Amino acid sequence: MKAALLEVRHLHTHFFTKSGTVKAVDDVSFSVKPGETLGIVGESGSGKSMTAMSILGLIPSPPGKIVSGEILFKGEDLLKKSEKEMRQIRGKEISMVFQDPMTSLNPVFTIEKQMVETIRAHEKVSKKQAFERSLDLLHLVGIPDVKKRIKMYPHEFSGGMRQRVMIAMALSCNPSLLIADEPTTALDVTIQAQILELFKKMQDELNMAIIMITHDLGVVAEVCDEVLVMYAGKAVEMTYTKQLFDNGKHPYTLGLMQSIPKITPNKEKLEVIEGLPPDLRRLPKGCHFAPRCKYVMERCLIEGPDMTKVSEHHTVRCLLYEKTKKAVKQ
Amino acid sequence: MLKYILRRLAMLIPVLIGVSIITFSLIHLIPGDPARSMLGEKASEAQLELLREELGLNDSYLVQYGRFISNILRGDLGTSIQSKESIAYELAQKLPATIELSLFAMILAIVVGVLAGVISAVKQYSWFDHLSMTGALFGVSLPIFWLGLMMIWLFSVQFNILPPSGRMTTGVHLETITNFYLIDSLLTGNWEAFKDVLQHILLPGIALATIPMAIIARMTRSSMLEVMRQDYIRTAYAKGLKRFIIIFQHALKNAFLPVLTVIGLQFGTLLGGAVLTETIFSWPGVGRYVYLAVLGRDYPIVQSTILIIAAIFVFINLLTDILYKYFDPRIKYN
Ligand SMILES: Nc1ncnc2c1ncn2[C@@H]1O[C@H](COP(=O)(O)OP(=O)(O)OP(=O)(O)O)[C@@H](O)[C@H]1O
Ligand SMILES: [Mg+2]
Repeated sequence: MKAALLEVRHLHTHFFTKSGTVKAVDDVSFSVKPGETLGIVGESGSGKSMTAMSILGLIPSPPGKIVSGEILFKGEDLLKKSEKEMRQIRGKEISMVFQDPMTSLNPVFTIEKQMVETIRAHEKVSKKQAFERSLDLLHLVGIPDVKKRIKMYPHEFSGGMRQRVMIAMALSCNPSLLIADEPTTALDVTIQAQILELFKKMQDELNMAIIMITHDLGVVAEVCDEVLVMYAGKAVEMTYTKQLFDNGKHPYTLGLMQSIPKITPNKEKLEVIEGLPPDLRRLPKGCHFAPRCKYVMERCLIEGPDMTKVSEHHTVRCLLYEKTKKAVKQ
Repeated sequence: MLKYILRRLAMLIPVLIGVSIITFSLIHLIPGDPARSMLGEKASEAQLELLREELGLNDSYLVQYGRFISNILRGDLGTSIQSKESIAYELAQKLPATIELSLFAMILAIVVGVLAGVISAVKQYSWFDHLSMTGALFGVSLPIFWLGLMMIWLFSVQFNILPPSGRMTTGVHLETITNFYLIDSLLTGNWEAFKDVLQHILLPGIALATIPMAIIARMTRSSMLEVMRQDYIRTAYAKGLKRFIIIFQHALKNAFLPVLTVIGLQFGTLLGGAVLTETIFSWPGVGRYVYLAVLGRDYPIVQSTILIIAAIFVFINLLTDILYKYFDPRIKYN
């Protein structure tokens, strides 16, 4: 078995706001192996982006702070690194592609300037070399007429093309980990498919690990080897993609899967999970999903469950599956 | 870009014609006989007739306007009624003094204002932020003449470290080339004069810079705060760029656009402020020149100077528009 490239252990990232402490990331653990793709799914506000930003050390502080946990990258804890060391990792070892390509590129600089500066921030190469590499990268991600296009400004590109530029930029220093935060959410469906295809192609060519953040299980099914499901800042289930779809355990995961529209002719109504996620400043006692859970038990309102192993490489945070363990303890 | 500049220059022609008509009419809008209002009640009819003849006031308006324009195009701005000097010659002496003072003040205001605004935004709610924004609030509300007088009282009277008036100490030798004394003293390597000129320009420069500096600082701060929240700044951090580069390149270039508008507008106000400042600090510039001309009813001076200042203002506007293009590639000029 390959050693993990990234291993996040019991990460807690909180925001200390005037109206209370927001536990944006609240005990999240997972690992990613080289060349593999991990999906992180969950509703809006479940802490997916903040998990990613924690890895890059870009939590806005104040009010945010990584309260505890470990983020081991190639065996070293990123939380113990200085700002300067982190800067050398960002964009080089770990790079990121964001959700909205329309606003993620600087509008007043040409694509050339934005690509070249990324390369030169990390490698001692001439402007000319950086420029040549930028051309290659843009070509690789499928931008036509690169020589002319590279001189243009972001507003002269379509959304899909901008996301390609973002991807090219993220790939410019051959990162071993690429974090993509909902990279296709803001795009048209056809463009979405193309961009996902591009991710797969790039991964094959460059052999990097990818963390694909999404709230779309369709995307997960398409590109991910493993999945982490998050709910209200907590990791609630983690396993292989196939295992999750065939044998998902957590009531929240099951709810998510039932809410995927299927292309079947029967007019059955889509099941949606009733209710809303909790206010992260005033979390309920016990399991955070309990108020919306179909299988809620009395215990759930009192006891917060831990991540429990249900089978090889499959963990769930739910009392339904913790019975045995607790029973043993008693 | 060049085509755009040329087209904008061509568009200036009707504007300048309009300005010339207004300044030309100035002399005829004075109620009563212009010659009498210039010479005063005690002037004899012969003296009045002489002045009318001299200024060509007996000709038709059209002929007068034609002469006014053709004179200006030949660089002849008329003669002062009181000193009988050529106005073009006098302006050539005084205009550089005003431009030097205004540019000095503007550069000071931009450098200090932008820097203070950026630091305040990056360190929002820090003591620096509170201090500079309180300072800026005072800055916009202080009357220039009061500030000028206080500075003279403090630095010239109490501590006696800076001169209260003039451009240069009489007796200090300076060979003039451009009539911009700071530049001339640098060009001729005359350090003694440079130091003296700098000491003279400091107080009026600061007085004149205060209001634009305060406005620029506040504008820069709010604009930077807005820009620092944008997604592309997050991208810049995620790329591993240095914080300094992110703030002063990626953020400031975006944040500068609204600041540029303010700077363009402030230049106009600055020319107005120059009249006040030059009067307080006895600065031998155009502001003081016009002020004295108005008092002495020397209308040819008022006319020509306003025309020149209006022309300068129009050019500054054009310059601002061109700079816009540099700062925001999204602007299209078609
Ligand atoms: N600067 C901040 N101050 C206070 N709370 C914050 C801040 N940034 C994020 N949060 C909180 O952290 C929680 C997690 O946010 P996060 O952006 O990680 O969600 P997400 O899962 O990425 O959602 P989405 O699908 O909408 O992107 C949210 O509830 C949000 O309110
Ligand atoms: Mg997000």
